Amino acid sequence: MTETPATGPDPASASTGSAAAQPAEPRPAEPGPAEPGKPAGSRARLTGAVIIQAITQGSSAVITILAIFLALVVGGFLIVFSDPVVTKAWSTFFSYPVYALAQTWDSVSFAYSQMFEGAILNPSTVSAAFHGGSIAAIFYPLSSTCAQATPLILTGLSVAIAFRAGLFNIGAAGQWVGGAVVATWLGFGVSLPPGIHVIVCLIGAFVGGAVIGWFVGLLKARTGAHEVIVTIMLNYVMYDLLSYLLSHPTMLQQPHQTNEIAPFIANNANLSHVGGPPPQVGIGFLIAVAAALAVAWLLSRTTTGFQFRTVGASPSAARTAGIKVERSWILVMLLAGGLAGLSAATVIQGTNTQLTFNSYGTYGPDGITVALLGRAKPIGVVLAGLLFGALHVGGTYVEAATLGQVPADIVQVLEGLIVLFVAAPALIRAVFRLRSTAGTGMEAVAKGWNG
Amino acid sequence: MTTLAAAVRAPLTTERRHLAAVTFIVIGLINIVVFGVLAHAGDASFELSLAKASIKIPVIRVPAAPVCYALGVVALGLGVLRATVPFSRLAKRLAIAGVLVCFLLSLLCWADAGAIPLNVIIISQGTFTESIPLILGALAGCLCERSGVINIAIEGQLLFGAFTAAIVASAFGGLWVGLVAGALAGGLVGVLLAVFAISFLMDQIVLGVVLNVLVLGMTDYLYDRLMSQNPNYNTGITFGSIKIPVLSQIPIVGPIFFDSTVFLYITYVAIIVIQVALFHSRWGLRVRAVGEHPTAADTVGISVLWIRYRNVILGGLLAGIGGAYLTVGSVGSFIPDISSGFGYIALAALIFGRWTPLGALGAALLFGFCEEMALVLPTVNPVLPAPIMNMAPYVATIIAVAGLVGRVRPPKADGQPYVKA
Repeated sequence: MTETPATGPDPASASTGSAAAQPAEPRPAEPGPAEPGKPAGSRARLTGAVIIQAITQGSSAVITILAIFLALVVGGFLIVFSDPVVTKAWSTFFSYPVYALAQTWDSVSFAYSQMFEGAILNPSTVSAAFHGGSIAAIFYPLSSTCAQATPLILTGLSVAIAFRAGLFNIGAAGQWVGGAVVATWLGFGVSLPPGIHVIVCLIGAFVGGAVIGWFVGLLKARTGAHEVIVTIMLNYVMYDLLSYLLSHPTMLQQPHQTNEIAPFIANNANLSHVGGPPPQVGIGFLIAVAAALAVAWLLSRTTTGFQFRTVGASPSAARTAGIKVERSWILVMLLAGGLAGLSAATVIQGTNTQLTFNSYGTYGPDGITVALLGRAKPIGVVLAGLLFGALHVGGTYVEAATLGQVPADIVQVLEGLIVLFVAAPALIRAVFRLRSTAGTGMEAVAKGWNG
Repeated sequence: MTTLAAAVRAPLTTERRHLAAVTFIVIGLINIVVFGVLAHAGDASFELSLAKASIKIPVIRVPAAPVCYALGVVALGLGVLRATVPFSRLAKRLAIAGVLVCFLLSLLCWADAGAIPLNVIIISQGTFTESIPLILGALAGCLCERSGVINIAIEGQLLFGAFTAAIVASAFGGLWVGLVAGALAGGLVGVLLAVFAISFLMDQIVLGVVLNVLVLGMTDYLYDRLMSQNPNYNTGITFGSIKIPVLSQIPIVGPIFFDSTVFLYITYVAIIVIQVALFHSRWGLRVRAVGEHPTAADTVGISVLWIRYRNVILGGLLAGIGGAYLTVGSVGSFIPDISSGFGYIALAALIFGRWTPLGALGAALLFGFCEEMALVLPTVNPVLPAPIMNMAPYVATIIAVAGLVGRVRPPKADGQPYVKA
């Protein structure tokens, strides 16, 4: 990051934060009806000024990019320090300094380039395609990224919509289990024609998660129990419930099994893929994107969404204005639970086709980090989900490529660091010497105990 | 705003009273119907001394079902009283404690009816040792939150303390080095929490969750990278138990309180010191002032930021010791995610205990007892599925937070960064 000279935009032309917030997409210059009074040059200068201002003052997009960069740097240190080859090279640093530096660079760049190849684009498949290989293979990493991103986007939306109403939903994991149990049971327990079966399972999963979320909202509204405590506790209750259900053949366990594993769901209930072999997009991904659009519409275009946002901004003001705060809490937790349940459906019906005790993975905590990185905005959540999906795919790939020398857990560290830096814009500004203290939309997404 | 909010929230007080009464009555009915009517026929028997103890106390036998009925009636009576008579603050809390004790005793009677005797001493020892990380974690949270910084990162502090204690103790072959290293590791997470929350004004709940994710990822990574490839870094050495010379010979009390690892004694000291310091010293008065009204505290010359930094880091050190207990204090070797949610339960204990050390102690012991029951009961009474028993502490927390405690009053400035005007 270079220091930008002080020839920035003059304060008079300083635009509002919203204009500066989208520097990446300058408006396309319309060549046709250009007004004669405004030459193209001035518009270009204006666009340039907006971009420079966004960079020097640290708009939210710039902060996010810098945060990702900083996280990769810190993660690089972790990779280096735990690499025996590199630490050995550094022990002879004063004799062979270049060797030590080269080893360090090799270690880090190999890990990150493998991660990129696994998650986004592998150059060798491109060159293979030119020599008669499969063109489809080029898109294989991207399609795995989308598949991995699907549940993350949905749990991210679950956490994000609750954030907007001022609630912190740590319980996406428990709601996920609620949805997964219902989807699995409907998946193998009933037989329905294709198409209908898929829809029934999806609705069932939504309801399964929504019930858990509704319970949290109800307790909060009726008894004042803090949702953070209740959701955390419900997560453990749901894990234990899942373990119980999966260890009893009369419940959900696959017959003649000793492991905690459920039967495969019926073929009719599987979410199919669109777009043919390898470069395929699961219907689950489309559901996730549609859910994001629906949440965006709900929040910005409906009365209910307005009430959510008002309650999130200030419950007492909302109450004074006649909004039923308790009703909003219950409703928003119901929706949040339903979204987490849908996330489970996309995993059970889309990629795994059966429920095991480890199915819930880290979708719950990842949902929180995705929602935070996406700044609790639906479109942001989709982008953040894609990024973390790519990191997950890349992490698995790099672990295989380095024969376990770089464990996939590095991804979790990177995710934590990215969100840490994104949520602390003051730190990013200090590190990169950015000037303004303009808000980044990260303020007060979560409320303390005083709510 | 405050008057308006008070007016709007006023109905909750009466609703709360009925809610508590209903919860009492429901617990009483469970005692009678579930534990009493559905119990196996036979006596419940309880041993009160260890096999190798010098002074033996005879085994106590009680008829299981009638005891459950009696305890259920007591809980019902308290419920009816709670609904009709206005209780003082102390009476409210004593009533909650009484109902919980009735519930736990009938649970024990129900589980043990017609089965082999339950050894009360072993259960109590287990309860206390299970509670150590919870108590230390809750005290860490208490130190932070009383000064106005929300600490969700207790989980991360425990986990990092556990990891560091294990790896340092193994690498240097010294248990005390491991204990100190564990404390420092917890303190390091505390430093991160302090810097980001106090200096960079980051949202504290978000920060806590992110630190937990970060520590979990970091310890998983380092475990894969260092420990699983080199067993010398995870040898599993543990502290032995220290018998206090005379006190450990007292029947019942001795083996429970005075025959344990150093961690239990550290926990005693921490509870007493923090309770006294917070409520009976100038230091504590300042901490509470900073947590309730930082502007006022600043006006009289108390350094708000310094007190917050100091308390958050002290809390981190304490939670780090709790984390060290998880490895060098009990099982020895580190496994990924060894803290497995203890930090979150400690947080719940802190809130259930209304941000006081003694309250948190009570709540942590309750959770510890539930965890111990989940371990012991399946061996006594195999009818009970272990996963259902494991749920008990969490269900108990939900009932406690929703039914008995409800809207608690945290320190006024908890979670709000202080910026000098």
